Amino acid sequence: MSVKSATMLKTTYREAVREAIRDAMRRDDRVFLMGEDVGKYGGCYAVSLGLLEEFGPERIRDTPLSEAAFVGAGIGAALGGMRPIVEVMTVNFSLLALDQIVNTAATILHMSGGQFNVPLVIRMATGAGRQLAAQHSHSLEGWYAHIPGIKVLAPATLEDARGMLWAAIEDPDPVLIFEHAMLYGQEGELAEDVAAVDIDKAVIRRAGSDVSLITYGGTFYKTMQAAAELAKDGIEAEVIDLRSLRPLDNGTILDSVRRTHRAVIIDEGWRSGSLAAEVSARITEGAFYELDAPVARVCSAEVPMPYAKHLEEAAIPQLPGIVAAAREVLGTHV
Amino acid sequence: MSEFLMPSLGADMDAGTLLEWRIKPGDSVKRGDIVALVDTDKAAIEIEVFEAGKIEKLLIPEGEKVPVGTPLALISPPGEKQAPAELKPTKEEPILEVAPKAVVERPRATPAARKHELELGLELSDIQGTGKHGVITKEDVEHAAASVSVAVKEKEPQIKASPLARRLAKELGIELAAVQGSGPDGAITRADIERAAAVPEKAVKAPPTAKKPAIPKTATADKQAAMRRAIAAAMAKSKREIPHYYLSTHIDMSKALAFLEEENLQRPLPDRLLPAVLLLKASALAIRKVPEMNGFWLDDGFKPSDDIHLGVGISLRGGGLIAPAIHNADKKDLGSLMTDLRDLVARSRSGGLRSSEMTDATITVTNMGDQGIETVYGVIYPPQVALLGFGKITERPWAEAGMVGARPVVHLTLAADHRASDGHRGGLFLAAIERLLQKPEEL
Repeated sequence: MSVKSATMLKTTYREAVREAIRDAMRRDDRVFLMGEDVGKYGGCYAVSLGLLEEFGPERIRDTPLSEAAFVGAGIGAALGGMRPIVEVMTVNFSLLALDQIVNTAATILHMSGGQFNVPLVIRMATGAGRQLAAQHSHSLEGWYAHIPGIKVLAPATLEDARGMLWAAIEDPDPVLIFEHAMLYGQEGELAEDVAAVDIDKAVIRRAGSDVSLITYGGTFYKTMQAAAELAKDGIEAEVIDLRSLRPLDNGTILDSVRRTHRAVIIDEGWRSGSLAAEVSARITEGAFYELDAPVARVCSAEVPMPYAKHLEEAAIPQLPGIVAAAREVLGTHV
Repeated sequence: MSEFLMPSLGADMDAGTLLEWRIKPGDSVKRGDIVALVDTDKAAIEIEVFEAGKIEKLLIPEGEKVPVGTPLALISPPGEKQAPAELKPTKEEPILEVAPKAVVERPRATPAARKHELELGLELSDIQGTGKHGVITKEDVEHAAASVSVAVKEKEPQIKASPLARRLAKELGIELAAVQGSGPDGAITRADIERAAAVPEKAVKAPPTAKKPAIPKTATADKQAAMRRAIAAAMAKSKREIPHYYLSTHIDMSKALAFLEEENLQRPLPDRLLPAVLLLKASALAIRKVPEMNGFWLDDGFKPSDDIHLGVGISLRGGGLIAPAIHNADKKDLGSLMTDLRDLVARSRSGGLRSSEMTDATITVTNMGDQGIETVYGVIYPPQVALLGFGKITERPWAEAGMVGARPVVHLTLAADHRASDGHRGGLFLAAIERLLQKPEEL
C-alpha cells in the first residue's frame, strides 16, 4: 500500500491512469503505448490525451484496426526486450486478439521451456453504462481470469489505477488490466507521490462483521454504497475489493467469510460460468462449515447488453439489488 | 418384506444405540412384541414392533449407534416366502455352496467392489452378488449404497440448516429438530443454535452419580450431559414456542384421603394405594370432559387424542427427568394404576421403558408432593399441550359454610398451551378434577 503523502491532488480515475502511463514512460524508456486512436485522438476514453505531444509518435503509436496484429506486435516487442503497454478499446474487441493472448502471450514461457517470458501489459475498457449496446459493453474479464499464464487486474480505486500499472510493467509475465468504462470519470484525491501497489492481493475496503460483499471494478462503488445503506439498519457489511482476478486472493476472501459467515458476490459479468461462480465455489470449498447462509451472487442479466438506457440499467447490478441480496442472506437475523 | 426402523422416542431424539436384540433371525413376531433394547440420551428403552411377521435379518449389530430412521431389521409378513431380489435372501447364497459353512467365509467380491465397500461404509456380507459365481461387483456395491441412501432419505425429513449451524449444533449437542430457524427460507442459522444452546455450562457438567444399573458402558457423565441437553432442547423449544397460561386451585383432600384409608385397610400391604393414584385417575377422567387438554400441537394445529395416556414425570436418581406414559389411564381401576405407576418408576430408574411409553403420552402430570413442594409451575413437554402439577398434600385452615377447620389440601396447577385452549376451558378442567376428588368412591 502506498504511503500517504502530505500533498493530495484532486484528480480523476482517467487522469490517474494517464499519470501512471506518463510515469512509466519517464521511468523506463523501454515502455511505449500502442493501440487504436491512442495518439492523435488521445484515446477513445481520452486516457492518453496529450501523451503524443509529450513523448512523440515513436512511443505513442496509433495502430491499424487489427487487434490481432497490434497485440501480436506487442508480444513480439516484449519478447524483444521492450515493455509495451497495449491498449485495446474494449474487452469485446479483445476477442479478435484472443488467439494472441491465450495461445501466444500466455503460453510462450511454458512452450519455450522457460526461456522466453512476455513482459507485456494490455489495458482495456470493460463494462456497461454508456449506452454502447451489445458489442461494446460486456464484462468479459472473468474469461481471462480463467487462463493460466497471465495476470488479470481490475483497479477500482484511483490509487490502484495509478499504482497498478508500474507493478504490472515490472511483472515478467503478461498482465491484463481492466478499466471499467464508468470509472474513468470517478473523482477523488490521490497522493502526489503515490507508490506502486501490489497486484496480487484483495483489499478489505470497509470492515464489517455481518456479511462479506465481494466485488471488483465497476461494481465496487455501488457495493460501497450498498454497505452504507445496510449500515443504516445496523448491518455491518464488509466490502472486499478483489483487485486481482487472477490470481484470486483466497486468503482474504476466506478469512472474511470465516468472520462474517455470509457472502454476497457482486460481479457485472454474466452469472453462468462467471468469476462470481469461481469465488462462490472457493468459499464453498474452503469455508463450507463457516457458512451460515447460501452464498449469493448479484450479476448481470443473461442477455446481450441492451442499448436502451433503462434496460441497460436493469441488466447490470444496481444498488437496490445488492442491498436486497445482502438482506436475503441475512434472513431475519440482525 | 419391510424394514424395521430405529424409532424416534420423542422429539428430542435423533439417534439411538442398539443395546440388545431380543429376537433373532427366523423368529416370528407380532404387533407389540419387544424386539430390542435401545439406549437414547435419556434411558434404555424396550422397542416394540408394530407389525407381525418373521424376522429375516438383523441389519445393525448390538452396540452400534444409528440415526433415527435407520433400518434395524428386515421383517417379512406372515406367508411371504421369498424375499424380493434387491433385499437379498439371507440363506442359500451361491457363495455358501462353495465355502463350507463352518469356515468364516469372506464374501467373494471384485477388488473394485472391496474398495467401494470401504469408501461407502457398507458390509459386503449384506450385498447380493450378481457377477459370475455370485461374485459381488462394483455395481452391486453401488446399487446397495444407492438403496441405503434412498431409504435414509425417505425416512428423515430434511432440516434446513446452514453448514455453520450444523457444525455448531454438533459441537454443542443441540438437536436441530428442536430448533426454530430464522434464516433465509426458515433455515436454522448460527444465531438460532446459539439461542438454543443457552444452557449454563454447569448443568452440562452435572456430577456423575453413584451407580447406573442397566445402562452399560457410556460414561455416566456423558450420559448426564446428554440428558441435560435433551431436556434443554425440549424445554427451550417449549418456552420459545408455546404460549403458556397458568391456572391453579386448592383442593380439599379430606374425602379422598378418608376413602384411601378405608380402601387400604382392605388391601394387602404391597397393593396399597398412594394418594398420587387418586390424583392421576381424577386427572384422566377429567380429561374426557375437556379434550382440548389432551393431544398434540403439530403443524400449526391441535390434534386431539382419543386415548388418554398420562405422562408421569419421574425424576431420575442421577439427575434428569423422564415422563413415560401410563396408557389409557382413564380406563384403568385404581389398583392397576398403582401397579402401573410402581412398575413405571422402577423401570424408569433401571432402564426398561418401552418405546410406546416414551412417545405416547398425551398430557403430563407431575407430582412434586414427595419433595414437600407446595406448588408446581410447569413447563409443557412439546408437542403436548398441557401439564398438570400436584404439590404436597398439607393440612391447612379451610373455611367452609362459615366454619374454619383444618383440612388436607393439595395445590393443583395447570400449565396449558394457549394455542390449543383458552383459560375458560382450563378452568373447567381443574374444576372437573376437583369434583372427581370429592367423590373418590367413583374413581
